[in-house]
Amino acid sequence: MVELIDEIRAVADRYPERKSAVIPALRLAQEHYGYLTSEAFREVAAALGTTPAYCRGIASFYDMFELEPAGAHTIEICTNASCALVGAAQVLEAFERELGITAGETTPDGRVTLRSAECLGGCGRGTVVAIDHRYREPVRPEDVPAIVEELRRG
Amino acid sequence: MAKTASPVLVLAGAEAGDLRALEDYRRAGGYASLEQARKLGSERVIAEIKESGIRGRGGAGFPMGQKASFIPAPEKTAKPIYLVVNADESEPGAFKDREIIERVPHRLIEGMQIAALAIQAEACFIYIRGEYLTGSEIFAAALAEAEAAGLVGIPITVHRGAGAYICGEETALLESLEGKRGQPRSKPPFPALVGLYDSPTLINNVETIATVPKIIELGGAAYAKIGVAGSTGTRLFSLSGNVVRGGNYELPHGTTFRELIEDCGGGISEGRKLKAIIPGGSSTPILGADQIDTPMDYASMEKAGSFIGSASVIVIDDRACMVQLALRLTQFYMNESCGKCTPCREGTRWLEMILRKIEEGRASRAELDLLLDVCDRILGNCLCPLGDSNAMIVASYVRHFRAEFEAHVEKGGCPVAATSSLTGVRSPVDELYRGRVGQEAAL
Ligand SMILES: Cc1cc2nc3c(=O)[nH]c(=O)nc-3n(C[C@H](O)[C@H](O)[C@H](O)COP(=O)(O)O)c2cc1C
Ligand code: SF4
Ligand code: FES
Repeated sequence: MVELIDEIRAVADRYPERKSAVIPALRLAQEHYGYLTSEAFREVAAALGTTPAYCRGIASFYDMFELEPAGAHTIEICTNASCALVGAAQVLEAFERELGITAGETTPDGRVTLRSAECLGGCGRGTVVAIDHRYREPVRPEDVPAIVEELRRG
Repeated sequence: MAKTASPVLVLAGAEAGDLRALEDYRRAGGYASLEQARKLGSERVIAEIKESGIRGRGGAGFPMGQKASFIPAPEKTAKPIYLVVNADESEPGAFKDREIIERVPHRLIEGMQIAALAIQAEACFIYIRGEYLTGSEIFAAALAEAEAAGLVGIPITVHRGAGAYICGEETALLESLEGKRGQPRSKPPFPALVGLYDSPTLINNVETIATVPKIIELGGAAYAKIGVAGSTGTRLFSLSGNVVRGGNYELPHGTTFRELIEDCGGGISEGRKLKAIIPGGSSTPILGADQIDTPMDYASMEKAGSFIGSASVIVIDDRACMVQLALRLTQFYMNESCGKCTPCREGTRWLEMILRKIEEGRASRAELDLLLDVCDRILGNCLCPLGDSNAMIVASYVRHFRAEFEAHVEKGGCPVAATSSLTGVRSPVDELYRGRVGQEAAL
């Protein structure tokens, strides 16, 4: 198995300066640990020749880094203007009903984290929903039970 | 204005299906422009781009040829020269760059090679927003195929972002690419002289770069004949909102909103009435329904009181409450403010608090005035256009729909709440700042 540190170093080699690889390195660490733990920050820092505090500062700036444990799956519903105009609120509510949680929460069994999101770049086919960062577009409230069922099984 | 049959340039060849495979792109004439550009050489390529009149498609509309000519010649600088492609596309309403990346990735790669050759760059980077996971995979696969075929003389590195709208601002993008927090730099110096790793850097939008092969193919002069004077060429208009057929439509500049919305988009959905148009992405001032015959070009849009921006047209029908819409967009700017300068960091938060009070029917008339006062204090005082955009659009919503804002104040709530298409809409801000009592006490 390839060690995380070696993976990070290989990515860093693609850039003229090593520090440029902070984002890809944090992404690799997140995939490895599930979320960015203290250990993850220490490893990334060591691989790139910087400090854990620096890496934390970067991670906290970007939305896609998980600083706390998240569900095995993430569901993100775009509620920005174009999607909102075509019923994103109802889609979000349907997910909340089906999962029994409020946006921003994770199901008690740790399977699914539900979030509202800013524009995902599929506005012409709203409402756009990203499941583990793969887009489903458009999603209507009546599509929601099947999607949730699929995640429960998978 | 008489227009000839509309040419398809950026998406040419993809009408029947995506051109992801090299073989398919080649069959559509792909990579012939790169060969042509190699024969022309750096100077003549820049001359063609200048003559084409193409202006940047990322929002600011700066002439590409002029920007490319600011890059010093290699013998005049000790540093390497870089090309950076901005694929951070995160402006609400915009989804055109994703279409280019996913459907004609090779045209983008070819454009990058031509642009890099023109400025004599040593390396290219493409900064793709983190959410475009599928897009980055499609691009990487196309790149691998082009590399294997020996078409990529100037190396390209794919860099994925991690979720931050501000990284679309060119200097924030460079900071992010250098491994820092994505906060804008003060300009000057401009990236053309001091860019990535303090080196001369040309930054262009995906669509701008993907147009370059067609400019070389047609010649700058012929390209300049498409569209209207001052706004040459075609544009990928992203159409969304309350319209029957949303999607990207490549049309010449100067096409009217009516042609886009009615002819391409099939009109307003469910037979509703048009209420307003966001003309160029969420950051552009709103237009009223009576402005539907405005031609979509730089000059006409400015005359109409807005901008063509990223050419992202959001159609709003008569069910939308404009206070809710202003609030939802303000939550976006507040959430995405990088926090570097005070008027934006604090101002967007104030705008959000006041708009929320108005929306919930808890605001006084004085607070409606305060809203515009805060807009005034933000405008012109920010380091980058993000803060200004929020102030500008909020002021435009009040200007166009004043009676609706006043009704919220006078009636103590939304007069159309029961039927508004936006009722109940939430945003990430709601999840991040639950229990807002403390914040509102400041008001
Ligand atoms: C807040 C903000 C976000 C931006 N986002 C993008 C973006 O996602 N893509 C883009 O090409 N330009 C974006 N821009 C514009 C860039 O700063 C820059 O003008 C552009 O990339 C230059 O390329 P062009 O001349 O080809 O348009 C943004 C600007 C601001 C202020
Ligand atoms: S205007 Fe806002 S986003 Fe731009 S630099 Fe200032 S705080 Fe950051
Ligand atoms: S507004 Fe929902 S994807 Fe753009």
